[in-house]
Amino acid sequence: MPARDYIRERFFPHIWCPGCGHGIVLNGLVRAIENIGLKKNDIVMVSGIGCSSRIAGYMDFHTLHTIHGRALAFAIGVKMSRPDLTLLVPMGDGDALSIGGNHFIHACRRNIDMTAIVMNNRVYGMTGGQYSPLSGYGTMATTAPYTNIDQEFDVVSMATAGGATFVARATAYHVQQLPDILEEAIRHKGFSVVEVMTPCPTYFGRKNKEGSAVDMMENLKTRTTPIGSKAKQENPSLIERGIFVKKELPEYCAEYQRIVERAMKGK
Amino acid sequence: MGGELRFVQGNEACVEAALYAGLDFFAGYPITPSTEIAELMAERLPRKGGTFLQMEDEIASICAIIGASLTGRKVMTATSGPGFSLMQEGLGYAIMAEIPCVIVDVQRGGPSTGLPTKVSQGDVNQARWGVHGDHAIVALTASNHQDIFSITVDAFNFSETYRTPVILLFDEVMAHMRERLEVPEPGEIPLVERLKTSVKEGVDYHPYLQREDGRLPMSDFGGVHRYNVTGLFHDMWGFPSENPKVVHELLRHLVDKIDNHVDKLTRYREYFVEDAEMLLISYGSSARSALHMVTDRRQHGESVGLLELQTLWPFPSALVREKTRNARYVVVVEMNMGQVLQSVKAAVERPEQVFLANRVDGVLITPADIRDILRLIQGKGV
Repeated sequence: MPARDYIRERFFPHIWCPGCGHGIVLNGLVRAIENIGLKKNDIVMVSGIGCSSRIAGYMDFHTLHTIHGRALAFAIGVKMSRPDLTLLVPMGDGDALSIGGNHFIHACRRNIDMTAIVMNNRVYGMTGGQYSPLSGYGTMATTAPYTNIDQEFDVVSMATAGGATFVARATAYHVQQLPDILEEAIRHKGFSVVEVMTPCPTYFGRKNKEGSAVDMMENLKTRTTPIGSKAKQENPSLIERGIFVKKELPEYCAEYQRIVERAMKGK
Repeated sequence: MGGELRFVQGNEACVEAALYAGLDFFAGYPITPSTEIAELMAERLPRKGGTFLQMEDEIASICAIIGASLTGRKVMTATSGPGFSLMQEGLGYAIMAEIPCVIVDVQRGGPSTGLPTKVSQGDVNQARWGVHGDHAIVALTASNHQDIFSITVDAFNFSETYRTPVILLFDEVMAHMRERLEVPEPGEIPLVERLKTSVKEGVDYHPYLQREDGRLPMSDFGGVHRYNVTGLFHDMWGFPSENPKVVHELLRHLVDKIDNHVDKLTRYREYFVEDAEMLLISYGSSARSALHMVTDRRQHGESVGLLELQTLWPFPSALVREKTRNARYVVVVEMNMGQVLQSVKAAVERPEQVFLANRVDGVLITPADIRDILRLIQGKGV
């Protein structure tokens, strides 16, 4: 199926700012789904609140635009009810790891088969540039006019510690790698987390003097490196991208089915 | 009724009724005094192929049941005051997106952690206005286990009929007290099943386009129709809209679909109301004490009566006005600072004749408590 058939074309052009990376994530998702050959009727996309969450409205799936931080909780209700469906849960960094932090770690722990995509632009964009738990120490934001003293989470470490059985990081710059990683995440039987570093030139970029949208794209290239690269050994400040965790553990819906069988036998 | 005779807690009666009504998905988080509902669901639901989930908190619990309801399940969660507070945003979402679900709030003393193991009826107005923004809500209660059973089935039926969340406001005494319950035979109480769309695959389906009778046929998430669900104001396709006409019409619809059906949503019981000079109005466990007192005083020749409300929201104002017309005094018996009292005063012709008989110390109000207050009102002294 051509990529355009997966989107609700009548809602384009999208609401995202020029230079925003979210559209690239949308594109990556469409390519991944196309490669897997999933049917639109078999996909449920659940999102929260924020710039990232608007992605659901553009996709021609069953789309559930929920409340801030709670996308994973809604998604678990859908998945436990219909384990045969493919669940995609795009979230922003504040959405997933600030207000939704508790749901995030518990979803990782349960290992329920769905794909969480953390679109990390290190800022609250929809509300106009406040610092998020991913902004990092020393950054500037409208709510950190003197400098941000909050340390940041590392999405990959957090998801790994939480028990996610697939953890990866990609960027909006590496557009060839992004669909491949998303495809592998969606195919993975269990809870998969993909952090996608995406630029927000409008707020994060302006506040932190990161230059133009093109400069910010360039940064995604120069500040990241494949996992275990020689460059990382020489320059530990580089952020690694690729697949960090991929392991097999009992999947939650399948485990629950065993509970049902046991209960029905009266044991 | 020819059903099985049981000796159960109120929480158990609620579970039996929910299963009777066709519940097949429950998500919850432990909290006193509602926990037995979750425990029983964990045991019973898998036996019928249903789903029980213990979530990480009450916020996740209500979100999970909303997600499951969208796929066509009958769903419920159960909690108490602090958890009910956490659920308010999810509750508002279910109102806005018109997703059927049932939320049990077993009331305990509040605010805050309050009195976790003691009785209260302090969440009545939270049930009405805990959610931000204009909206309508259905909240039901009962004062004995047989009625807990039937009102719980009503809750599921109302939630499906009006595509709305329904709140069951029980209290600690009702939840933990044991008494007899006759479980009705299957089919004895009619059940309302979800109204599904008849629109065929490939034909445009409008999830928020009302039929002539105002109802919205649903298509299960994961089915043949793909659509959008959002907590934003939305058009008939479910897509966000800020069009003033769309916004106005949706808000009116959300309020009117409940407020225009007060008669159908009203459940109540009445005892000696006709000629009552002194009419008590009560609900939940306090209605038990009120009924005891009324029955006792009638034997002494006093003209007292009781109107027991089972539907608290939408408030049955017309019913209360009609039933109180001939009473000299109206006394609202409840375990809070006068939450239903406010609604009664607003409903009656002579609000200055409405008094409050309450207890707010975590102890069940007794018939003697009520009698003492009545004597004060009548100027007889205690």
